[in-house]
Amino acid sequence: MRRSFAPWANPDAKPLIRFENVTKRFGEAVAVDHLSLDIFEGEFFCLLGPSGCGKTTLMRMLAGFEAPTEGTITLGDQNLAGVPPYRRPVNMMFQSYALFPHMSVEKNIAFGLKQDGLPKDQIADRVGEMLRLVQLEKLARRYPSQLSGGQRQRVALARALAKRPKVLLLDEPLGALDKKLREETQFELMDIQHDLHMTFVVVTHDQEEAMTMADRIAVMDHGRIVQVATPGEIYEQPKTRFIAEFVGDVNIIEGHVQGQENGLWRVKTPSAEVPLTIDDPDEVLHSGQAVAIAVRPEKMVIQRDPPGPDAINVLTGEVWDIGYLGDWTVYRVRLATGEILRVTRANASRFVENPIDWDEQVYVTFAPDAAVILAE
Amino acid sequence: MMERSFTRRLAAGLVPAVPYLWLGVLFLVPFLIVLKISLSDPAVSQPPYKPVFEWGDMAAFFGDLDLENFALLTEDDLYFRATLSSVRIAAISTALLLLVGFPIAYGMARAPERYRGLLVAAIILPFWTSFLIRIYAWVAILKPEGLLNQALMGAGLIAEPLDILNTETAVYIGIVYAYLPFMVLPLYATLEKMDDTLLEAALDLGSTPWRSFWTITVPLAMPGIIAGSLLCFIPAVGEFVIPDLLGGSETLMIGRQLWSEFFSNRDWPLASAVAILLLVILVVPIVIYRDVEARRVEVRP
Repeated sequence: MRRSFAPWANPDAKPLIRFENVTKRFGEAVAVDHLSLDIFEGEFFCLLGPSGCGKTTLMRMLAGFEAPTEGTITLGDQNLAGVPPYRRPVNMMFQSYALFPHMSVEKNIAFGLKQDGLPKDQIADRVGEMLRLVQLEKLARRYPSQLSGGQRQRVALARALAKRPKVLLLDEPLGALDKKLREETQFELMDIQHDLHMTFVVVTHDQEEAMTMADRIAVMDHGRIVQVATPGEIYEQPKTRFIAEFVGDVNIIEGHVQGQENGLWRVKTPSAEVPLTIDDPDEVLHSGQAVAIAVRPEKMVIQRDPPGPDAINVLTGEVWDIGYLGDWTVYRVRLATGEILRVTRANASRFVENPIDWDEQVYVTFAPDAAVILAE
Repeated sequence: MMERSFTRRLAAGLVPAVPYLWLGVLFLVPFLIVLKISLSDPAVSQPPYKPVFEWGDMAAFFGDLDLENFALLTEDDLYFRATLSSVRIAAISTALLLLVGFPIAYGMARAPERYRGLLVAAIILPFWTSFLIRIYAWVAILKPEGLLNQALMGAGLIAEPLDILNTETAVYIGIVYAYLPFMVLPLYATLEKMDDTLLEAALDLGSTPWRSFWTITVPLAMPGIIAGSLLCFIPAVGEFVIPDLLGGSETLMIGRQLWSEFFSNRDWPLASAVAILLLVILVVPIVIYRDVEARRVEVRP
């Protein structure tokens, strides 16, 4: 529906939000460390990282609850330095929802509009529109304590959207919902963002959430951005081992570069008898360099019969564990070195004759372009 | 088996009865006695009223009771003025207590968590000295040659000593000082529970800090505001010691009137009528509070 949307690839495009060399210190602790980042209008942008990586601080600086120690943040043409939260065209949906307990659902949604001094009928119209958007028309007069977790989340969303902010900030928006509701709400958020043509900035520690919703993801660690890219790029071309391990499951095989042949890297590793062949032409490596090879579990093939003599990237081991997930089966394969590989296989047919069993000797192979080389 | 279930049932019945028993013996019975005295006539005897209750001629006993004393209360406007003045002084004192107590409670609730216990202890600390001594100390501070006037004159702020002692101002100072913990503690209890992110949410939605205070903090602190105000207002209306020690002879309060009827005039029946009147005045705000509270609970289960 919007795959051609990629303003970040256009060098002439002007970002809506610009962090320039922003640092935030709390006493001795550095929460955000010389960070620069551009976010474009209409983007669904995710800040992803483990807790304590600085993503929430970054968002709070955008909302105006924290001031950067160094650097500047601009929104459109406005330098946000010194602008208090109540004067920023930015609204936030809080992780705890922060609904006002002494106000009904409609009063909560109307709160921001009242601060703008809109006429009463306009406020009523907008509140009605928001209630329809989040499908809570029937609960308008309820109080937050009378709502379920999912309903509260919707009220929080409606309240934050009511003022039609230039940027909507969402702090772990789905964190408090159960799995099923979370999945549904992910798609709803995407639809709402698309319909309202708004810029969403989401903070999350849940990589699945980020992958599903975001146009681009910024992976943060220790106050820095490690990689900013589309979900596909983050998953398939992670820049560092941290990203490869943080986003999705990955098998890491350590080794040393032996050389390059026909544009393919040869990597010697104790895990395999024959050096591995990896097709990752963008990496610049030198012989003898220590590297990590990252292969996603679904890109590995597990088989019981020995592959042919021409086969490349063959690892041998025995089945250590089998996890049946319904749609997938996960095999944990133990190599002679003691490493455990994780290999997944889609259960495409309902019945498999003579399936691979525990403790069986198996061969795990993967294509040269299935792997990524990460410089150590 | 039977016996055990009987004792158990007895215990289950007695536990809720304890507060009723307490109230019955220590409130209801004395109240009925006071009510009875208020309906009697003064007499130069021991006790100083008649009729005295005796088993026997019930009809004559009840026949001697009348509303004369209450009629007297309405005839002499002294009691009306004293009541009005008491309510006024108590209301102004309560407003002043809110004004002084709210910032203190707010500051305590915002203080780092490890200091909060200490601050609460500090608020309660004055209770460790006798109430009377604390009020007498204010006499020493406020009198014309007292500490306050000496300090102000020493600082060159005033040339003549201020007349504070024996005025209504001194009564306000005394009440605010003595009742402050009763205002601060309930306020602190509600403010401390308040979620800071609610204020952030209000700011985020475009509300200035000042407006957020009035639209979020104050409504959410309302249970504490009401509880603290009642805890201060009710005893302040009947206050006797503070107006007697700090207020001048012209400071009219119903508590003082009550005292002088009992001990100066030895008119126990009239004094009892004043006591009943005071009780009725104080029941009104309590009933209102209970009503408000019930409605609040209904709306927000």
